[in-house]
Formats: sequence, C-alpha cells, structure tokens
Amino acid sequence: MAAEKLSVVKAINASLRTALENDPKVLVMGEDVGKLGGVFRVTDGLQKDFGEDRVIDTPLAESGIVGTAIGLALRGYRPVVEIQFDGFVFPAYDQIVTQLAKMHARALGKIKLPVVIRIPYGGAIGAVEHHSESPEALFAHVAGLKVVSPSNASDAYWMLQQAIQSDDPVIYFEPKRRYHDKSELDRSAIPAPLHAARTVRQGTDLTLVAYGPMVKTCLEAAAAAEEEGKSLEVLDLRSMSPVDFDAIQASVERTGRLVVVHEAPVFLGTGAEIAARITERCFYHLEAPVLRVGGYHAPYPPSRLEDEYLPGLDRVLDAVDRALAY
Amino acid sequence: MTVDSTAARKPRRGSSKRAGAKTRAAAPGEPELVQLLTPEGERVEHPDYSIDLTAEELRGLYRDMVLTRRFDAEATTLQRQGELGLWASLLGQEAAQIGSGRATRADDYVFPTYREHGVAWCRGVDPTNLLGMFRGVNHGGWDPNENNFHLYTIVIGSQALHATGYAMGVAKDGADSAVIAYFGDGASSQGDVAEAFTFSAVYNAPVVFFCQNNQWAISEPTERQTRVPLYQRAQGYGFPGVRVDGNDVLAVLAVTKAALERARTGQGPMLIEAFTYRMGAHTTSDDPTKYRRDEERELWEAKDPILRLRTYLDREGLADEAFFAALETEADALAKRVRDAVRTMPDPDNMVIFENIYADGHALVDEERAQFAAYQASFAEESN
Repeated sequence: MAAEKLSVVKAINASLRTALENDPKVLVMGEDVGKLGGVFRVTDGLQKDFGEDRVIDTPLAESGIVGTAIGLALRGYRPVVEIQFDGFVFPAYDQIVTQLAKMHARALGKIKLPVVIRIPYGGAIGAVEHHSESPEALFAHVAGLKVVSPSNASDAYWMLQQAIQSDDPVIYFEPKRRYHDKSELDRSAIPAPLHAARTVRQGTDLTLVAYGPMVKTCLEAAAAAEEEGKSLEVLDLRSMSPVDFDAIQASVERTGRLVVVHEAPVFLGTGAEIAARITERCFYHLEAPVLRVGGYHAPYPPSRLEDEYLPGLDRVLDAVDRALAY
Repeated sequence: MTVDSTAARKPRRGSSKRAGAKTRAAAPGEPELVQLLTPEGERVEHPDYSIDLTAEELRGLYRDMVLTRRFDAEATTLQRQGELGLWASLLGQEAAQIGSGRATRADDYVFPTYREHGVAWCRGVDPTNLLGMFRGVNHGGWDPNENNFHLYTIVIGSQALHATGYAMGVAKDGADSAVIAYFGDGASSQGDVAEAFTFSAVYNAPVVFFCQNNQWAISEPTERQTRVPLYQRAQGYGFPGVRVDGNDVLAVLAVTKAALERARTGQGPMLIEAFTYRMGAHTTSDDPTKYRRDEERELWEAKDPILRLRTYLDREGLADEAFFAALETEADALAKRVRDAVRTMPDPDNMVIFENIYADGHALVDEERAQFAAYQASFAEESN
C-alpha cells in the first residue's frame, strides 16, 4: 500500500482498527469511546464495526477502567483503555502503580499484563483546568511501566501497534494539540523499535531533545535558528521509559550542547534525568551545561496564560542562545 | 453434596419463622443471618438455603478447618521466633474461608486479600508457598494460574476490580465458570470496591463478592466503615446481598455455592457478608488490647467455627476417636513441614532485584543490572 497522508487522530483510529482486526483478544475500553467515538473522535466508528463487546463504553470511573482491564488481561485479553484527559488519570494512578506495574514481577514472571493506557496530554488547546497537563514523568518514574509518546501520524500508528503487541503495560501519551496535524503513513513500512529515538533534523551546533507536541516546536526553532546561522540537531525521543540515552549521547558527542524541551514541569521531569545522565556520559564533550525548557513549578495556569507557561519558539531559542554563549 | 441454589435466584429476606422446625430468628435489632449450624452445634434449617452433606464431607470440612488453624498458629509462632517478618492470622475465620473455598470449582478463579490462607488451602496452594512473602523472600511467588488463585493483594480492595474484569472476560469467553473476590469490612469503604460493584452490575459479570466482616479493620470497628449492614449495600447497585453466619461452615458453603451458581448461570454478581470475628490481632505487629475489650473476644469464642462442628459430629456420631486422633497427627505433621520449610527457605539471589520487571525487557533495567553486578563483583576482586 502506498503512503497516505492523514491526521494523528485518524492514524490512532486506524491503528486501533488494525489491532481489533488482527487479534480477537484486543479490546478498546473507556468513557464515551463507543457511540460517540471518544471526545476527540479517536475511536470513531470502531464500536459500530466491532460491537459493544469489544469497544466498550465504561462507567465513569478511571480506577475501575484500569482495574477491570487488569482483570481482563489476566483472563488473556489485551485491553487498550482510554483515559479521557491527562488530568483525569489520577483516580487510576493507584491501580497503575500498585497493581499494573508490579504484578508481573510479583508473580515471578508467570503472568503478563499487556495493557495499553492511552492518554491525550498537553496544553495549548484553550481548555479548562485538568485538561492540559503533562504527567508523563509520574509514570516514567515507576518500574514496570513503559511510557511513550508519538509526535506525528506515522509514529502514532506504528507505536500504538507495538504498544498493543507488547506484553508489558504501556502508557501511550497522545499529543492532543497535534491531533489534527497531518503527515505520511506508510502501512507497509517496517517501523523503528518502539523505544528508539529518532533524529528528525540533523545539525552540528547543538542538540534539541523533545517528544510528543514539542517536536514540532523544536523543528520550528531549528528552522528559525538556521536563518541566524545556527545548526541545530533535533531528536524525537519517542519513549520516556526506557529513554534512548545512547542516541542522545551519540548526538551530544558531535554537537557538545544539549537542550531538552517538554511541556511538563522542568523540576524532576524527563529533562532532569536526561541532563543528569548525559552529563555523566558526555562530561568531556559538553561545551555547556545541559539546559531544560518546560513548564514551571506551578499548577497549570488558566488557558489565557498558557502561552506564557508552555515552552514556545522564543523560549526554546532563548535556551539555545544561552547554551551557545558558554 | 447437594445444595439448594434456587433461593439465591429469588432472594427472600422474609422472616425465617416461615420455615419448618428448628429455624433461628435473628436477635432483636440485628439483621437476619443465614445459619445452618448454631454455635451450640445444633443443625437448623433456613428457608432460602439448605445443604445436605455426607458424613465424609462433614469430616472433610472439619479437617480443612483444623489443619488451617494449625498451620496459621504455626506461622504466628514462626513470626515470634523471627523466622517470618509478619503474619496475618486468620484465627476465627476458618469457617468463612473453608466454606467459601470449598464452594468453588476448579475452573473458578479466586482473588484473595492477604489473609485467605484457608481459601488457598482449598484451592490446593501449598501453605509453604504462602509464607515466602511474609518471610521476605518474594512478593507472592506462586503461579496464579496453577490453582486459579491470584496473588495476595495488600492494597485494600484493589483485587475487587481485578476479579470483576476477570469475570467480564469469563462472560466474553462464554465460559460457565465464576469468579470470587475476597475483601473485608474495612475494604468496603474503598472506592475500588464501590467501582467493582458498579462495573459488575452494569456488565452482569459472573463475580461473587465475599466480604468477611470480621468486625475490625485494624483498630476501627465496623461502625467506622458503615451505617448500614454491609450486605445491604448490594441493593443500591442492583444485585442481591446476604449476610451469613461466617462461623458456620455449612451456611457459608451453602450460600457461596448458591451465589457462584447464580453467577455461572448468567444472573450476575452477588454480595455475601460473612459475619465473623478476627480472634487474633490484625497482624503480628498489632496490639488489639489498645482498642478492644477481652469480653468481646470471649463472646465470639463461644461461637467458634471449629468447636460447633466438632459438637455436631460428636453428637451425631459422624466421626470416631480414631478420626480425631489421626487428624491431630496430621496437623502436627503439617506444622512440622511448614516449620522446616520456612527455616530452610533460602534468601533469594541478589540479582532477583532485576528479574521479571518487564516481560519484554527494558534498557535501564539492563544497565542497572550490569552496574550492580559489577559493583558486587568488585568486592570479590578486593578480597582476592
């Protein structure tokens, strides 16, 4: 099949459809995922084609959704659950951290928990409170979970395929502000490994690492910097657990400078871990300290202020300038 | 063994006086309790639940309870001797656990708390397997699918949702097995239990919720958890609830059989409140003298689950002295086997820290495993 151009939403929908077609044990479950097709229409049409038994509208109870998904996985199913918004995952956090993440180890490997939890995340959509957060570090911190986020339609399709095929629980963060961005999807391609970072722009002066919604922002920053004669390399991290430190190291050994960008608060975020590890691995290659650009140690602000809170082109370029000034 | 399970399909909560002779009315002000064997060892009938067991089956239940209590007492002793870090005793709850455990079929699935040693026994999980987590050599360690007995769950109430999800899967598979979720009076306050009630009712899942109300959630009495008898909560979710004398192994068996049969035949979930008493401490780390009076315990001692069956067996001549003597020998042998197994249980290898965290592997775990191994190896080199 030739490559087609489609949005992130359509790519995720197509990926769920493929999984439901290929494996009768795959289930889609969550609030409003059936008739409505999800509040973002990600699951549009799936219940109509696969029935209420496989595309399941659940009661409005996130802990119940994840807790029953665990039970279904123990019975041999592969549930793909949707948490409607980032800020609503916390009632399920207990089930995810104390049960889902640990059960494989507690059973000495004798049971597997192939559960995927899809979470639309991030801001810049003008939403009310609890609809714009980036809690990925809270999951990456937990052993037993894998945490990924695609930045474009092709990755959205393939990474979800890989997450569903994985025998481990995967938290799949969807960049909701990029839901309607279109890009090429080649369904006959051989996808990169789920946890491998990808160089999306080559450069020589500095490495920008981002994932999910911030990849596009960093590509824009790199384009703007080019006009000023600066050559920035951009890495799409794709996976926050495990992190492809080798890929970052290889890039930083060439560029000597690293700026990590995410919407999530900087303090103890993914960037903090990357800064620490890359400083350890690349100490003699670094021309400047690793800098981070992200949200502040503040509750996510009212949407009229979110442009100030979120890393934008100017804040990324400001950090780039500071790193290059060393 | 025959059990009248029609009752559970049409739950009635009318006066027990409707039935024939020897039925037992509830004490004034207390909700009715399904009872088939009184604390005095007298066999009584109940209008909704009946049971007819052979002498051999009755002796079997007695044996299960005696061996479970002996094993439990041995574990408490092993904790006192420092061989176990902790033990959660089931003392007093033997009838609730053996009655319900023996009601399950091999293809049913059980989701326990951390105190279901008697149910584990019924499921065929070797008692020594239960002790690893209390000794600190693993966090469970048995294969849940070997006996359809899930790992002990310590976070209160979480397993009610796993049981419900599993039951949803059973229904999807078109299987006629059932699932049973154990929890206690304290767990009844947890949101996960409430959500499990909701999900199971909405999807008509074949799951039985078996609540052992042992009157105490560590130091908090049931009055701190609820203003209504717990079994009545089921009504608000749209499925039947029943309170059974949790110290009456016959009544627990009859009621649980009926509830499981109800689930198996597509009639959805049911809540059983087994009214019982935690005779011992919450765990070996607890001190009940701080919060409850000896008089209460003495009241419940008179309702002991093993004693009443013994009285019945003796009175009806259903077991002879040889049986009891042989059972005592068997109990001692079990205790010795448990004792020896615990004392010789090896500490796990250091590298176990890094095992089975992921089914498909994880780069960070690989890196840290290698670092840890190198660090450990450095001591060996130094000593050379």
